[in-house]
Amino acid sequence: MGVRVRVPTPLRRFTAGVDEVPADGASIKAVIEDLERRHPGMRERLLDEKGDIRRFVNIYLNGDDVRFLDALNSKVKDGDDISIVPAIAGGR
Amino acid sequence: MSYVKFLKCRECGQEYPIEPLHVCETCFGPLEVVYDYAKIRAAISRSIIEKRPHNLWRYRELLPVEADSDVGPNSGFTPLLHVKRLGAELGLKNLYIKDDTVNHPTLSYKDRVVSVSITKAREFGFTTVSCASTGNLATAVAAHAARAGLQCYIFMPEGVESGKIVGSTIYGARVITIRGNYDDVNRLCSEIADKYGWAFVNINLRPYYTEGAKTFGFEVAEQLGWRLPDHIVVPTAGGTILPKIAKAFKEFKEVGLIKSGEFKIHSAQAAGSAPVIHALHKGTDLITPVKPDTIAKSIAIGNPADGYYVLKAVRESGGWGDVATDPEIIDAIKLLARTEGIFAEPAGGTTLAVTLKLLKQGRIKPDETVVVSITGNGYKTLEAVASAIEQPSIIDARLKDFDALFETLTNRKQAAAGAA
Repeated sequence: MGVRVRVPTPLRRFTAGVDEVPADGASIKAVIEDLERRHPGMRERLLDEKGDIRRFVNIYLNGDDVRFLDALNSKVKDGDDISIVPAIAGGR
Repeated sequence: MSYVKFLKCRECGQEYPIEPLHVCETCFGPLEVVYDYAKIRAAISRSIIEKRPHNLWRYRELLPVEADSDVGPNSGFTPLLHVKRLGAELGLKNLYIKDDTVNHPTLSYKDRVVSVSITKAREFGFTTVSCASTGNLATAVAAHAARAGLQCYIFMPEGVESGKIVGSTIYGARVITIRGNYDDVNRLCSEIADKYGWAFVNINLRPYYTEGAKTFGFEVAEQLGWRLPDHIVVPTAGGTILPKIAKAFKEFKEVGLIKSGEFKIHSAQAAGSAPVIHALHKGTDLITPVKPDTIAKSIAIGNPADGYYVLKAVRESGGWGDVATDPEIIDAIKLLARTEGIFAEPAGGTTLAVTLKLLKQGRIKPDETVVVSITGNGYKTLEAVASAIEQPSIIDARLKDFDALFETLTNRKQAAAGAA
């Protein structure tokens, strides 16, 4: 089972151009570690030196920004939908 | 010809060619246009600019386009008004309103960023432009796309007022409403931009789009007589315009159009959507997203992508910032309309209300030059103030009835004056 992760264009060079990849893990953090195992280089793009989510990276769990949940510790279950999206500029 | 050198990541400094890219592949940081200022310095002067048409393209050397554009022929160069009546009420001698309520063709500052973005879209060869928006951005994209002869798709969250849909559809844009909130719409658009190869003005054209906001600052400096104000107060939503006004002021100094580069820039947010001001007041760089709740819809962005750069620009300039509650916003809209005949949207009310606070706090002194940035028109957001205005008097068509009414109105006025 596991989860599906939508990958934005700038990260697809790590996934051989694929826009949606499977991953496993019980938390966002664990999923990112699993992504790193399957697609080396991903973690550094998503997390800064301190291990926090980079300022301009948004990660959505089933449509909710994980910053509104429990950030990297947000619980993930089988079948969840994760989307990685660069921050979007500009007003409404 | 263009004076653009390359794109550069604002975070890690990596350079990229001039292409429809918006985030750094290494760190996801935003990309910024870099110019050859030495060449621009040699190419322009005050008198060259002063002879050009009154639109935003008069600063074309400092904009990221290749050739003259016929998009936005009436965008930009809006009035900078020395507002003496409002100034007298507030005790400010040199108070100015930069008035984008009359920006054309869609009555908000968005006509600036979109003119540049759509010009760039055409240069890149895109045939479809798009955006996620619930208001000013949508109408601006739809109108400028029509003029540029491009296909246009607008994405909105479901449940937006029908007026918003009319305001875009009328220009031939295809409006798509999404079951979800604004953040959901933005997320989807980012994915659509990737998959369909459309030009999303504020996503994959973001480095060019945001450059258009500089023209607001260029104009303020030129219209003040080629100098900077002591203070400029700017609304903050996603965080585009404030850092770009600061950049505009620095560029004018860099290319020799102004002498002194001193200014203080202040940020204004609605109390119900103030993640940047929270961080500013806490003294941190870390912006914690909020779920917006304010009548100032056009600046209700809970997770501002460029909020960090707002903090940086404000702090570098020695400026500050504050919030305005919904009642304070409405009072300020009414004050501006009553004293100067300018009807601003709630974002403008927010900015004026925050200016009053900065004055009370002693951060702005009575004799200093102050510019209040009014970025959108109140006629688009009548619902925000409709319940806060005095209701009309109703009488029969008889002079006697009017006489009686007039007497009560005059008495009421006198009573109010006596009470004050």
